[in-house]
Order: sequence, then structure tokens, then C-alpha cells
Amino acid sequence: MSSSKEIRSKISGIKNTQKITSAMQMVAASKMRRAQDRMYRSRPYAKRIRQVISHIANGHPEYRHAFLEEREIKRVGYIIVSSDRGLCGGLNINLFKKALTSLKAWHNKEVEIDLCLIGVKAEHFFKRIGGKIVANATRLGETPSVVDLIGVVKVMLDAYRNGTIDALFIVANSFVNTMSQVPQVNQLLPIVHAAAEESESGHWDYIYEPDDAKKILDSLLDRYIESQVYQNVIENIACEQASRMVAMKNATDNAGKVIKDLKQAYNKARQAAITQELAEIVAGAAAV
Amino acid sequence: MLTNKKTLHIDIVSAEQEIFSGEVESVIASGEGGELGIMPGHTALLTQLKPGVVRLLKNNGEEDTFFVSGGMLEVQPHLVTVLADTVARAADLDEMAAVEAKERAEKILADKSADINYTLAATELAEAMAQLRIISQMRDKLGIK
Repeated sequence: MSSSKEIRSKISGIKNTQKITSAMQMVAASKMRRAQDRMYRSRPYAKRIRQVISHIANGHPEYRHAFLEEREIKRVGYIIVSSDRGLCGGLNINLFKKALTSLKAWHNKEVEIDLCLIGVKAEHFFKRIGGKIVANATRLGETPSVVDLIGVVKVMLDAYRNGTIDALFIVANSFVNTMSQVPQVNQLLPIVHAAAEESESGHWDYIYEPDDAKKILDSLLDRYIESQVYQNVIENIACEQASRMVAMKNATDNAGKVIKDLKQAYNKARQAAITQELAEIVAGAAAV
Repeated sequence: MLTNKKTLHIDIVSAEQEIFSGEVESVIASGEGGELGIMPGHTALLTQLKPGVVRLLKNNGEEDTFFVSGGMLEVQPHLVTVLADTVARAADLDEMAAVEAKERAEKILADKSADINYTLAATELAEAMAQLRIISQMRDKLGIK
């Protein structure tokens, strides 16, 4: 019977798909764990650098660094961190939705927007939507390093320094747990000043070498922003893998359901064929 | 302040990972202004590091060395932090990376044409199909064959 043969080939096709999705699920699970490790490993650096920055900033109230200074906003910069690949559920589209809402709020205030895109998906999305893209980094792979991000971050920092943009935001997914990733918009510049941490032994200051606190503060702040962007990128990778794992698990489960239905249909068709054959034989015998 | 402590705690961290953390007797590093030897009780200091080796002398006489490609060294009397860079940094190298990032962005904007033609064609096709559908609906209504 052709219909039972058709169903059989469909079943085997879906079984193959199921194999692929379940393999992808397992790969994503192990990659997620590694990405999470990297995420935690990068945290001490940011914590230390924040301590040092807040100390210098508190010790030199007369020197106001541009990165710490609020100013009137005429143009804003957005760094949008997406994944390079698809098949990870609604991860990217949720992120873009969040980004668009935020962009629209600025647009309504007649503030112009510069975009810096990280990841292939963001590139494709914002190419279609339109927007002024000033920097771009794609195909960073699963283990990006800070080096890959220096360029894009510098473009945005230079724009801020020149006064082209007056605030810098980053949009990325934050990793809550395996089941939930939340897109977030965070302000990078001007740096939201943390409450002054009281040093334990009253007022003291560093000896600076070279004897220029400003120069050191400059390079510290650059590195701080870089490390923030790096952390967001790493966290987004962890989110991507978690989201892919869940999406692939659902796909595997759904494939199982479809196979079950198809098997039922197949058995019915087979039974119908047998019944019909029997009926024919009986009819034939009766005729004789 | 603990003045009689014989060791100091050192953390070497880079943006990507924690490299070393522990108690040592002294630290030797090459700062911007020259070689630095840091013993417990050193006064607070902040300096840029040149690419080079950071040497740690441990309590048991052992020596550990780490190569850093530049970074920042923060000293407090009993706490030393090395904020290591992952790569050698230089203004012109950074500039080059920035230019590359910009060029990539320009490229996206430049090859928009191909994509636009596609979207344009797709919308035109959709419009044409909608028109055809309306025409056939009207024909049905009017009973024209």
C-alpha cells in the first residue's frame, strides 16, 4: 500500500530530525555549562577594577572624568548583543523587542541613535529595520576574547569622548537560570556612580606612577567598560546555549508526539489493508 | 592596620579569568617607571605595568612567575591586585581594531542594496497577488467567468 509506505518514510524522516535535535540539546547543555564558567570567571576583574575606580574618583573630586559626568542627551549609543546563530527559541527576537521599545522612547524625545551591533542576528535584524550602524562585530564564536571587542568598544568610547553621543547603553540577555533569560537594557556611560565605599582607614590616596592620576583613571575606565561589554557578551552566550537547549528539548518532545500520531495512522492503514484483503478473499471464496 | 603581618595577599586577575590568588612574601613586577619590589606594608600605590614578568616569592621559598602583557598594579599595605591585560595594548593597535569595526559597519550599510531589492520585489509580489485575489473575488460575485 502506497499510503503505509509514505507514512513509514515520514516516520523515519522525523526520527532523523529527532536525533539531530536531541544531539543539539546535549551539545547546548555542555556548552552552556562552559559559558557559565567563563561568565563567573570574568567577575573578579570587574569587581576589583570597580573598587579601584571608585577609590580614585572619591580621592580626586576635583577631576571630573567625562565618563562619570552626566550631560544633556542629544544622541545616544546602543550596543546590541545578539547571538550568531539561530535555533535558540525566542531569545533574539525578545531582545530586539526590548531594544526597539527603548530605542523608540529616545526617538520620541527626538534623540538620535547610533547602533553598535554584536552578532549576526542583530546585523540582519537592524539592517532590515534601518538605523545608523557605526560599529559591528560578528562571528566571535563560543569563546570570544576581550581582544575581539576592543575595536567596537573603542568606536563607542571615542564617540562618547568626542561628544558625538551623550550616553551609551548595552542591550543583552541576562542569565537568570536555565529556564529563564531576561533581555535587559543597561547604561554603560555615564557610569552610574556607585555609592562611595568608605575605606576602612579614613582618607588616603595612592602614589601614582607615572605621577598622573588622570591618565591612569582614563585607561582604567576604558578597561572597565571593555570588561563590562565582555561580560555581557559572555552572559549572552550562556543565555543562547540555555535557550537553545530548551528549544531543542521541546523540538525533540514534539517530534516524539508526531511520531506517535504517525505510528497510529500507520497501524490503522495497515489494519485497513488487512481487513480489505480478508474481505476480498472471503468474497472470492463465496463466489466459488 | 595590621603591621606585624609577614605576608601579603595577591590577586592576579584578567578580564577573562582569575589567574592567581594567594599569600606571598613579596612581589616583583616591572612597572611603567621601572622594576618594583613590593614587601608587606608597602604604601598604597597605583601604576601601569609594562609587558613583562610578575614574580611572586612564596613563604616556602618557592617562586612563581606570570607573564602579563601590561595592565595595572594596585598596592595596598597587605593587598596587591594585578589587573592584567589579555593582550599587549598600544594606541595604534586599538585604533586599527576600531577602524576595522567601523568598516564592518559600513559594509553592512553598503550592501543593503541586495537586501532592499529582495524586500522590494517581495512587497510588489504581495501587492500583485492581493490585486489578483480581489479581481477573482469580484468576478465570482458578479458571476463573470
